[in-house]
Amino acid sequence: MAKNLAGDILTVGGKALTSRLFLGTGKFANNRLIPEVVSASGSQVITVAVRRIDPEYKEENIVDYIPDTCIVMPNTSGARNAEEAVRIARLARAAGCGNWIKIEVISDNRYLLPDNIETIKATEILAAEGFVVLPYMSPDLMAAKRLAAAGAAAVMPLGAPIGTNRGLKTKEMVKILIEEVSLPVIVDAGIGRPSEAAEAMEMGAAAVLVNTAVATAYNPVAMAAAFGLAVAAGRKAYLAGPGAVQGYAAASSPLTGFLHE
Amino acid sequence: MSVYDELLKYRDLDFAAVFEQVTDDDIQRVISKDRLTVFDYLTLLSPKAERQLEAMAQQAHRLTVQQFGHTILLYTPLYLANYCVNQCVYCGFHAHNAIERKKLTLDQVRAEAAAIAATGLKHILILTGESRHHSSVGYIKDCVRILKDYFTSISIEIYPLSTDEYSELAAAGVDGMTIYQETYHEANYAELHPAGPKRDYRYRLDAPERACQAAMRAVNIGALLGLSDWRQEAFLTGVHADYLQRNYLDVEISMSPPRMRPHVGGFPPRVIVSDKNLVQYVLAFRLFMPRGGITLSTRESAALRNNMLKLGITKMSAGSCTAVGGHSEEAAVGQFEISDERSVAEMAAMLYARNYQPVYKDWQLW
Repeated sequence: MAKNLAGDILTVGGKALTSRLFLGTGKFANNRLIPEVVSASGSQVITVAVRRIDPEYKEENIVDYIPDTCIVMPNTSGARNAEEAVRIARLARAAGCGNWIKIEVISDNRYLLPDNIETIKATEILAAEGFVVLPYMSPDLMAAKRLAAAGAAAVMPLGAPIGTNRGLKTKEMVKILIEEVSLPVIVDAGIGRPSEAAEAMEMGAAAVLVNTAVATAYNPVAMAAAFGLAVAAGRKAYLAGPGAVQGYAAASSPLTGFLHE
Repeated sequence: MSVYDELLKYRDLDFAAVFEQVTDDDIQRVISKDRLTVFDYLTLLSPKAERQLEAMAQQAHRLTVQQFGHTILLYTPLYLANYCVNQCVYCGFHAHNAIERKKLTLDQVRAEAAAIAATGLKHILILTGESRHHSSVGYIKDCVRILKDYFTSISIEIYPLSTDEYSELAAAGVDGMTIYQETYHEANYAELHPAGPKRDYRYRLDAPERACQAAMRAVNIGALLGLSDWRQEAFLTGVHADYLQRNYLDVEISMSPPRMRPHVGGFPPRVIVSDKNLVQYVLAFRLFMPRGGITLSTRESAALRNNMLKLGITKMSAGSCTAVGGHSEEAAVGQFEISDERSVAEMAAMLYARNYQPVYKDWQLW
């Protein structure tokens, strides 16, 4: 059944979002690009690594480049276990970055795959402390359910290993999360092209998060705009309810039509 | 099992014979592979691969931007002391060299830290000569306590420690360690280190692994280029880095390719490593370890560092001084002569001009 196209709002942590494209900031050639990229994409949620935030050095403080209209979602990039993620999250809040936190716990430096077990532990602690917790995870149903039970505000499964631009390689697993987890499912990592973002949205993902695909594009601002359009188009297609996929041709002059005459 | 056993596998390898068999097709195949074996890496270090440096450079650039973005981490070294008990024939800190020996007081450490921090840098590498007596673990911990007021990431480049000592420093706030094996060639190593505790090849070789076991976040290794055949040194450094990354997945492994520089001792390099050789080494390493860090220090000229920016480098030192106390007062004699004397601000301007972002801060846990 087609869903309501009007007033399509994503609510996360009590915030109403009209854009379903989240942006990362870690790989740009110049932080001064960030406002332009944000504006072109229409994104309202921008993630920034706490490891890179330096409030003491205004000239190079990445947070100063994020428009005031956006929600800053600090992330715990660099954390190797739950304890480190919790400490980084508390640092972010103490630095005035609000109470949203994207948990990234990675203890594999070859592929940068998230550690779901440590992520669940960190989520339990931080949700109990009042953070709006958005955990980056490997798309595993039981882990997603535990994250939901631990108080996560959304789950953020990877589409492919981070930074690879390989697309939605985990499509089947992400689809299961979308069907079975009550929280918004935000596809984070691996999305390399706007068409892949659109595909994730058509599947019913609540949002997608992109960094490398925009930051390493020849024209990051134009690519950000393309992602903004693709995410909106994918969402609209999802809400419109795509037609069924047939395994055979549906003839316009059916052979058994006479039975209805 | 330690990296020593891993290196033993290649002790009798006939490098010349392997290189003889490498074909241009082999090199092209390796360049386009997703995941390289150690022998693929060796293929890229072959003399014949010099003919395909441009293809390697394109791939290295692509991989580096994909993994690290258009960013370069800036840091600077801080020399705490230059007392040394070793007699490395190639080093300016050689115990018998007639240089003024100094060790910073804690007040001087604070002054140096303040001078460096004023440039905006948050990553620092502290160095000492290799003297446990003058630069004890306790002294280094005292320095770290002060440095934590100014920096968010503190690495050490000091004499090799036990696992417990590395743990002690990690608990105090040190998150990275650098140690150079100098040369992986065991016989050359013995000859170049005639006296002092540094003569113990294996204790030094196993130091990076002990640091990994002690939960250091980042471990940086390398050979000092100029002491032995560079292709073998580059290969064995890669084998070492790969061994550490396979066994300690959570540690950020990186390498530096330092070339010998003029210093007060006057020992000439035994092997001349050209710019082209250095580039080939960096490119091959990047293709072999796409996630590995690569540091290019101020040992290299400004012009070369500018040109190597796009070839796989992830970290650069800036505003460097290799003399004790050199950041806040008149510099004494350094460990070696630096080649790129640009300030942090000048480095940042150069990076921006080349469409790269200087990163002053890339870690914080306290």
